[in-house]
Amino acid sequence: MLPFDTIQAARHAIRSRQISARQLVDHALQRIEAHDRRVRAFNSVHTDRARERADAVDAGLIQGPLAGIPIAVKDNLCTRFGTTTCSSKMLATFHAPYDATVVRKLESAGAIILGKTNLDEFAMGSSTENSAFGPTHNPWDTERVPGGSSGGSAAALAAGMCCGSIGSDTGGSIRQPAALCGLVGLKPTYGRVSRYGLVAYASSLDQVGPFGWTVADTALLLQTMAGHDPRDATSVNQPVPDYLADLDRPVAGLRIGIVKEYQLAAGMDPQVKAAVDDALRKYQELGAELVEVSLPHAEYAIAAYYVIAPCEASSNLARYDGVHYGHRTAAEVKDIVELYSKSRAEGFGEEVQRRIMIGTYALSSGYYDAYYLTALKMRALIRRDFDRAFDKCDLIACPTSPVPAFRIGEKSGGDPLQMYLVDVFTVTANIAAIPGLSLPCGFTSGEKPLPVGLQLMGPVFSEERLLRAARMYEAATDWHRRRPVL
Amino acid sequence: MPQEQKISLEQVRHVARLSRLAITEQQAQKYAVQLESILEYIAKMGQVDMAGVEPMAHALPIHNVLREDLVEPSLSREQVLQNAPQTDGPFFKVPKIIGGDEDSAG
Repeated sequence: MLPFDTIQAARHAIRSRQISARQLVDHALQRIEAHDRRVRAFNSVHTDRARERADAVDAGLIQGPLAGIPIAVKDNLCTRFGTTTCSSKMLATFHAPYDATVVRKLESAGAIILGKTNLDEFAMGSSTENSAFGPTHNPWDTERVPGGSSGGSAAALAAGMCCGSIGSDTGGSIRQPAALCGLVGLKPTYGRVSRYGLVAYASSLDQVGPFGWTVADTALLLQTMAGHDPRDATSVNQPVPDYLADLDRPVAGLRIGIVKEYQLAAGMDPQVKAAVDDALRKYQELGAELVEVSLPHAEYAIAAYYVIAPCEASSNLARYDGVHYGHRTAAEVKDIVELYSKSRAEGFGEEVQRRIMIGTYALSSGYYDAYYLTALKMRALIRRDFDRAFDKCDLIACPTSPVPAFRIGEKSGGDPLQMYLVDVFTVTANIAAIPGLSLPCGFTSGEKPLPVGLQLMGPVFSEERLLRAARMYEAATDWHRRRPVL
Repeated sequence: MPQEQKISLEQVRHVARLSRLAITEQQAQKYAVQLESILEYIAKMGQVDMAGVEPMAHALPIHNVLREDLVEPSLSREQVLQNAPQTDGPFFKVPKIIGGDEDSAG
């Protein structure tokens, strides 16, 4: 591992001159060099640029709360340096002409971006197997997936190749890989973090968020990224609280909602259930009260998601035409339509094609009411369920994923639904726009123990409460100190 | 919600055409089976009584955002063209547009 592998430890070490930013970055680059052939977390590594920036930190030319901290960002966030590929053949050589707002903010705070991480193509997937460049492997067991779609960011951090990382979450794509890799991962309230420069998948659901080993690291990254951005009309103009100020102060009289319907969820791994039940008992010991709440429409969340997300994707991905940027077919074409159709068929992988087709079908003449409008009504019902639940509790706790990390190939066979169902506990937060956080709450037994994640969800803009509640549990447990051996 | 929806191979080809995806016959057959099972799963929303429920496009109240109509810096022509697969001077280069099949009209 890195000599200082959390952001807080690294910050302290750099400031007290126990290590220079350059030394820390070199350590991280060596980890990548030594292990990324197996883990395959990175699509691209920017060694020279990272070293130059680290030297600038050491020379006092770059300052800020993240000065010298090596991080990794998902390869669907635009950077002016290198490529932004979305792990798609379509964008394999795409050079973004501008930086995403989060990239700009992180670098302004002094962070050193080591490279861009692998993902399911265009963030469509839950295992990072849908990458056009090959799957990422879970550092806890390299025969298993790291989760997805931000699997590269999760694996890079879990493998000790950086001190923190950034992903995006449309249906669980930060929280689920955080759970499967033993990390803290946060999907903020929709609009809390700017989406400017995040390559769009499903615009009403997408949100950028952080991964950290600890709640404090996660809070610090969120602090750096959150806030209104005039370049994203959906970013919310609301003050950003100081997420770290009261982080160690437990939430007094915390009421945790337990979702009645989730107790009967099919396909739940017994070891996941046991770890989550233990975590809830721990919360009770810490003074929290458990209250039963109901989300009667939660069982329809995946159905609604697989209408809304593909519909938005079919529209967002219409821009890839083989003309303005992206892959263009080398085949002889007779007209522009054939140019579009061949370029897109060659450039997009099968999951992306499937979702574009589902969305196009659902939005096509005669089906709009039956699919899209129904899904938007379901969205209203799911949001109402949460509003009612939060009248009775401060936050909701449940497993992040019904299963621990699965084997590469296990769910990527012929039936895409098997993969979709992994998102059963996470898609609701995106549909309702509320924040969700996953934190480590145990490990499976066996030769290679696998991490289990506990998910906490709260009302919109309750990130501070979620982080404090997560910190209560973290302070009373040791799961966040475990590291995989590569 | 159409409960008994069966998606035919012809429908898959049609949707692929609308999606501007030149899929192979083999893919069309595979997608037909997969789309059918996904649409069947989605159709379970039809069990819920949604009378009187207002559709929610965004879960947060979102308003149009306007700014002063002032010229601001934008990308240069070089930057706009830098990722184009084919260019001709200051233009994006494309094959003949007029006179294609019926799909290219409108």
